[in-house]
Amino acid sequence: MSKPIIATASLAGCFGCHMSLLDIDDRILKLIELVEFNKSPIDDIKTFTKQCDIGLIEGGCCNTENIEVLKEFRKHCKILISVGECAIMGGLPAMRNGIPVKECLDEAYLDGPTVGENKEKIMPNDEELPIITDKVYPLHEIVKVDYYLPGCPPSADLLWEALVALVTGKELEIPYELIKFD
Amino acid sequence: MEEKIKSIIKTSGNSPDRLMDILLSVQKEFRCVPEEAVSLIASALGISEADVNQTKTFYHFFSSKPVGKYAVYLNNAAVSGMMGMAEVADEFEKQAGIKFGETTPDGLISLDYTACIGMSDQEPAALINSVVFTELTREKVKEIVAGMKEGKTVESMVPEYGDGNNAHPLVKSMVKNNIRKAGPVCLGDYDAGKTLSKALSMNPKDVISEVQKSNLRGRGGAGFPTGLKWLFCSQESGERYVICNADEGEPGTFKDRVLLTERAKMIFEGMTIAGWAIGAKEGIVYLRYEYDYLLKFLNSILDEMREKNMLGKNIMGKGFDYDIRIQSGAGAYVCGEESALIESTEGKRGEPRNRPPFPTQSGYNEKPTIINNVETFCSAVKIVEKGGEWFSNMGTEESSGTKLLSISGDCKQPGVYEVEWGMTIKEMLDMVDATDVQAVQVAGPSGVCVPPSQFSRKIAIEDLATGGSMIVVGKQRDLIKDIVLNFMEFFEDESCGSCITCRSFNMILRRMVEKIVEGRGIKPDLDNMVQWGEIMRNTSRCGLGQTSANPVSTTISNFRELYESKVKDVDFQSDFDMKKAIIESCEAVGRPPVVHE
Repeated sequence: MSKPIIATASLAGCFGCHMSLLDIDDRILKLIELVEFNKSPIDDIKTFTKQCDIGLIEGGCCNTENIEVLKEFRKHCKILISVGECAIMGGLPAMRNGIPVKECLDEAYLDGPTVGENKEKIMPNDEELPIITDKVYPLHEIVKVDYYLPGCPPSADLLWEALVALVTGKELEIPYELIKFD
Repeated sequence: MEEKIKSIIKTSGNSPDRLMDILLSVQKEFRCVPEEAVSLIASALGISEADVNQTKTFYHFFSSKPVGKYAVYLNNAAVSGMMGMAEVADEFEKQAGIKFGETTPDGLISLDYTACIGMSDQEPAALINSVVFTELTREKVKEIVAGMKEGKTVESMVPEYGDGNNAHPLVKSMVKNNIRKAGPVCLGDYDAGKTLSKALSMNPKDVISEVQKSNLRGRGGAGFPTGLKWLFCSQESGERYVICNADEGEPGTFKDRVLLTERAKMIFEGMTIAGWAIGAKEGIVYLRYEYDYLLKFLNSILDEMREKNMLGKNIMGKGFDYDIRIQSGAGAYVCGEESALIESTEGKRGEPRNRPPFPTQSGYNEKPTIINNVETFCSAVKIVEKGGEWFSNMGTEESSGTKLLSISGDCKQPGVYEVEWGMTIKEMLDMVDATDVQAVQVAGPSGVCVPPSQFSRKIAIEDLATGGSMIVVGKQRDLIKDIVLNFMEFFEDESCGSCITCRSFNMILRRMVEKIVEGRGIKPDLDNMVQWGEIMRNTSRCGLGQTSANPVSTTISNFRELYESKVKDVDFQSDFDMKKAIIESCEAVGRPPVVHE
């Protein structure tokens, strides 16, 4: 039987969840024996080259590109997992929810103390750029999500245990410490 | 302003635990509690501005901006909706030229909604400057608003007075009692002072054991044995308090309003007997602000009882000192919860306390306190008068005596009925002349929505427990939209916000019900709602969060087919609308709102 294929992406996140995945240390060698990676920053494959079994996504959706990528993942992955606070609930980026988008953009490009010179009052509006959405959305409001791995970031051990359980079909046993956050 | 506020603080007792009274007086005087008042009050009472602000912002009837000279609070509870509130609201908006939530530019009229004001048998009803207007229609609204524009006093706009003490010179209200059935306990014969005199010649322990013998259980809804509560409190040492819970906030209940109107002396007598039994010297009635129109009248009854030596020093020459004061609420459902009520009585936000310690151990001012419902005190009077056995012979094995039911909704005879516990729902519906019934909401939003297949169930603490609210829902109603959604909006508003699940899940559940009403619901939503309700029940500190999922969970379990007919049988469906989501930012940066997919 061929190895299960994994894809990963970071949307409106900080890559911290991916860093946490690297924190499995030498177990990454075992992971490579267990699975094959497709589209992911880990192997730098930019587009899906085949159907995958598991998609891991960190970060919520704050713009049209995030949504496009998320929908691609849903199309290409049998199982989709929301990884970390931002994917599950919007996280820090969602702090802007409740503030009108215009106010946020004005603060970022016109009025903020770190703006510097912007005499022409230019806002980034090139057609090539993704469009900012009105709110930051958690993944499950856009597509169906199969599993959630909580944490900011989820610990390396939690990611490891969850992945191994999923690809080996063993029951996931999560020690309390791994999902205790205070 | 400063002088006025200082004098209010002085007359209200100049103490942090009278903050509610101070804020109520300031609100009345200035039609709001201005920032300036907050700092004056804080420095006078020696507390922080944050302390004053947190109380001020907690209650519905305190405002930061001035309400209108005529402040209209229209009841938007489910029964009001059933009886035509939408039309009345529409007429108010037309006549006043503003929307609800707004004040006219000249400051004359403000329009707001409020939760159930205890008039479910005469809806739609509204409070205008604490004067009650019932059975409103478009025509009546036209007259009322015209009167406001002419500058008439609100009192003079009351067309006619109701029956009994509603017509008392200190009440002058159009509210009707609608007592349809008087029973032998609360609404039967009553001879003021007779039982008090008997009780004061008894040993306090014997008074408690008589109440225990009666098996009287709390009439507010929770059904805790009254005698036991009194016994626990009497065994504590030091100062003790008696509190009467007249914060009748459960939508659909109005029987305490009738008792306060017609049996005020009996309530106070019951509180005095309780004070004798447990060894208290002070009683407090926590009166919901919606019943403020009864306040002067109730205080006059207290004065009368003091004159007759039924209150005060050396009552009836038996050497017992005891007095009662009335504490007004300011609009918060959660204050019906006993520990939240105590917090509010102490001038704080009405946030429930952790228990234990229970109020009988540490209640008002951290002193042992009993809190009983209005009806419980009335029942106690009859029990001491006629004996516990007489009382326990009525009703069922586990629910002795009679119960006042406030019955409203789709029936021909809404009103107050005193019946023995044990009546079936079917018997009740015959009694109130209700036909074509879709469901009966027992015990208000926090209770159970009972379908016709269960109409043989009994009204009793062991089967269908109730604090008195009974709402009959006819077949013509949209159960999910008119009832369930209304109830969830109510809980979302009334959660004190202390427990995370209660604060957020009530909102989430309301949204999900809305989603189903709007035709966007899917099948998995139903099980999710039930499960989330269960989480809220298990993780909330007080009865509000423990029961506020009931409108959803009891209707899903009893009317599942109705829900299933409204939801799509799919696994997942996104409500996300890309076009809508990008409009704002495209406008802000000046680019066409087009997504190339």
